[in-house]
Amino acid sequence: MGIRFILMVNKQGQTRLAQYFEYLTLEERRALEGEIVRKCLARNDQQCSFVEHRNYKIVYRRYASLFFLVGVDNEENELAILEFIHLLVETMDRHFGNVCELDIMFHLEKAHFMLEEMVMNGCIVETSKSNILTPIQLLDKAS
Amino acid sequence: MLRSLHCLCLLLQCRDMIRAIRACKTAAEERAVVRKECAAIRASVGDNDQDYRHRNLAKLMFIHMLGYPTHFGQMECLKLIAAPGFPEKRMGYLGLMLLLDERQEVLMLVTNSLKQDLNHTNQYIVGLALCALGNICSAEMARDLAPEVERLLQFRDPNIRKKAALCSIRIIKKVPDLAENFINPAASLLKEKHHGVLLTGVQLCTDLCKVSSEALEYFRKKCTEGLVKVLKDVVNSPYAPEYDIAGITDPFLHIRLLRLLRVLGQGDADASDSMNDILAQVATKTESNKNAGNAILYESVATIMSIEDNGGLRVLAINILGRFLSNRDNNIRYVALNMLMKAITVDTQAVQRHRATILECVKDSDASIRRRALELVYLLVNESNVKPLMKELIDYLEVSDQEFKGDLTAKICSIVEKFSKEKIWYIDQMLKVLSEAGNYVKDEVWHALIVVISNASNLHGYTVRSLYKAMQTSGEQETLVRVAVWCIGEYGEMLVNNVGMLDIEEPITVTESDAVDVIEMGSKRHTSNLTTRAMCLVALLKLSCRFPSCSKRINDITVQYKGSLVLELQQRSIEFNSIIEKHQNIRSALVERMPVLDEVAYSGRRAGSLPAAVSTSQVVALNLPNGVAKTTAAPLVDLLGLSSDDIPAPSSSGGDFLQDLLGVDLSPTSPLSGTNQAQKSGTDVLLDLLSIGTPPAQSTSSTPDKLSSSKDSKNSGVLERLSSPTSLQASSPSGGSPVMDLLDGFVHNPAIPEGNGSAYPSVVAFESSTLRIMFDFSKSPGNPQTTLIEANFTNKSPNVYTDFIFQAAVPKFLQLHLDPASSNTLPASGNGSITQKLRVTNSQHGKKSLVMRLRIGYRMNNKDILEEGQINNFPHGL
Repeated sequence: MGIRFILMVNKQGQTRLAQYFEYLTLEERRALEGEIVRKCLARNDQQCSFVEHRNYKIVYRRYASLFFLVGVDNEENELAILEFIHLLVETMDRHFGNVCELDIMFHLEKAHFMLEEMVMNGCIVETSKSNILTPIQLLDKAS
Repeated sequence: MLRSLHCLCLLLQCRDMIRAIRACKTAAEERAVVRKECAAIRASVGDNDQDYRHRNLAKLMFIHMLGYPTHFGQMECLKLIAAPGFPEKRMGYLGLMLLLDERQEVLMLVTNSLKQDLNHTNQYIVGLALCALGNICSAEMARDLAPEVERLLQFRDPNIRKKAALCSIRIIKKVPDLAENFINPAASLLKEKHHGVLLTGVQLCTDLCKVSSEALEYFRKKCTEGLVKVLKDVVNSPYAPEYDIAGITDPFLHIRLLRLLRVLGQGDADASDSMNDILAQVATKTESNKNAGNAILYESVATIMSIEDNGGLRVLAINILGRFLSNRDNNIRYVALNMLMKAITVDTQAVQRHRATILECVKDSDASIRRRALELVYLLVNESNVKPLMKELIDYLEVSDQEFKGDLTAKICSIVEKFSKEKIWYIDQMLKVLSEAGNYVKDEVWHALIVVISNASNLHGYTVRSLYKAMQTSGEQETLVRVAVWCIGEYGEMLVNNVGMLDIEEPITVTESDAVDVIEMGSKRHTSNLTTRAMCLVALLKLSCRFPSCSKRINDITVQYKGSLVLELQQRSIEFNSIIEKHQNIRSALVERMPVLDEVAYSGRRAGSLPAAVSTSQVVALNLPNGVAKTTAAPLVDLLGLSSDDIPAPSSSGGDFLQDLLGVDLSPTSPLSGTNQAQKSGTDVLLDLLSIGTPPAQSTSSTPDKLSSSKDSKNSGVLERLSSPTSLQASSPSGGSPVMDLLDGFVHNPAIPEGNGSAYPSVVAFESSTLRIMFDFSKSPGNPQTTLIEANFTNKSPNVYTDFIFQAAVPKFLQLHLDPASSNTLPASGNGSITQKLRVTNSQHGKKSLVMRLRIGYRMNNKDILEEGQINNFPHGL
């Protein structure tokens, strides 16, 4: 199990999406998110995209005002996770059309459905954008 | 009906709620909005409102994400899952995954719904159930539902097979016994063409290998060839738009395949052999100008480093890492450092070649890279390169970030200690570290330094002079000040007389008063803490003897602490002052140089006592009477005579006094007895020599030590002179008497302020075969005539005493006041006690001691019993 959690956080440090693949209590989550966000948002563009925190490695990438943070264990390939973040953004882009913070906020459940198609139990399930989006679009039409 | 209408009005659209939350300017406003929403949702949940269930859950997910409790929505998830429609189910399962976790009992209720949905005719519903199961299933659910999942591994739609594969991973992790059922289906997934199925199938095989050696053997034998072929196909596949990233087809699949090959190749030469070609191809042919390509290269290096040795491939891998390391992209450099850490166990020489580059990375502006590089340097250090590496690191210490100094210092100290064969080198390096980053050095590190200095007798002069020089420039580094103060106190005359000059040294001229200056400076710095100041006082006392010409000045400095708010300093000041002024005859013996500290015993103790020290410092944080919170120092501090961090026992200043003089403080406070016990059992001579200072509680065992330690005739002499047996009370614990007698020597000394409340030892006021009474004394500040006594009654018999009454009578020059007792029932066998406070005012204070007659009455087994006694053993001066 490589991925422990996926967070989307805006420039102000507010969480916009959080998906954990291991159990943490609400308090632990809040504390963890606060610490990570403080650490990552303080870094500049020249610095590398990896931050070690507690026993996690955080791989993060910034797209406009939104930060994508993925917590992984020590065994995971950091560069691959970076690529995965990009894939996630591209997938969301394809669905929402130039995705922004508000899209994710107001369509939180959609964002989760997409994530569900891509990651399960901390492992990547699917990497083809159309395979990911087909069930979601199908059901949007149906409902 | 009215209420539910009201609720409906409150229930905003999900969109509106998010807007309202976004509009909040403060956290308090946000909390208010959320609270209102939650109340509305609860009400709606209570009404079992089907129309709004979907919307409520969407809101709850948002609220949950913000970090508010949402447990009241859990049952709603289950209801949605049980609904027939797909949109409801989809929302329900999402809620299930977000709001619940495998630890909740509610989850058991969902097993049945999951089972039905896994067998549903609509494959999307099957997909939902698989996904939920894969994310949250517990061990029980895994057992119940494993057959369904196993069956779904062969489902016609690949999108279900891939989810079933990942679901199987969760199941075998929860219940490893089930692994063997999945080996065959997993192997057949490897023959698929669908990338999603391949990706998850490879992952399943990797995890099966982790939980079952049987699976590992199976895949190694049956699937290695096939996997190599799959990888070959992926590497050589023509452009596939769906999976293409930067010209590479599905890098994720590449990486998963490489990882499984790594597991299969590790420890198996044949399997490793069969994958050599494809690994070589991946390592040489992959484009390295894009992130995706580098990710694959990185993974292939990891695989090459882990499988069985093939010289050519290893060279290839190390070269890739070298290229990575010199890359301008920080991400690439980071992973290179990360991988070199793993490579170092395989091929140290190859990693050593990159030493210069790695050292540069320690100085990088990026904290993540610095940290990795420092870890790596730490592993790279060996006998031959330690000196140049150390120089680099210490030079860098000067300019490094504040936040990084802590880590860097810890690593440097650890390396220096590891390679400390040459003492002068060790001392030099440590002095540099102390001057640069003394504030980051841990206590045990400078304690160890003092032990080493103490053992290097030929370097004493050199060390003390170097420290003196360092103090001139880096006096703001706390630990440097401590070590310098200790050394100047011990070896002050070597500093002044240039004793033991080494060839490399330049002679310096230091006068006695210069040396005192340094210590005075150390004690007066406003940043100095209690330990440093206390050490300064001890050093001054020692110097007062070594530099008689400065004795007057030292006394003046010492006296300044008489009014210190910190009890420890005040006490030392008063005690040392009286030694300097009144006890010239014993002073030189008292402040003799510390015996050489035992290195072996110290390192053993350090290794052994570390956990103990940790635990005590967590448990014990006592407040001193004057409000200074202190934690106990580790035993080794005591050994070194740096004992100011210790807690003075509440009523044994006499004991402390002697112990301080000897530089050892073994005075236990009751919660610490464990630690002290450990100390006492230390075998080194030093402890035994000094154990005279051990207070009453432990003195029975230490007395023989004292008597037998004829080696230290001087100290014994001191004791004999001090212990003029004017009033050896029979009932006072015999072992402790020298200590108390020493105290007696000072009782009539007007220099001791009466306010120094905790100055009197407790006594056993009365003891019979059935009852014991302990007295604890304290003085109220500003009123020397009045003594507060806390009497403590303990029942030594196996019977309960009821109607317990304590009475006391005193002669006319005393006035006695008794407070009510804490109880009138005394539990049997010492399982509890009664306390009672007494206040005695002595009108002849200073002339006559206290005396008291006691009468104790109680009922035992319906029999009245009366006991009487007289107390003559009150401490003097009450």
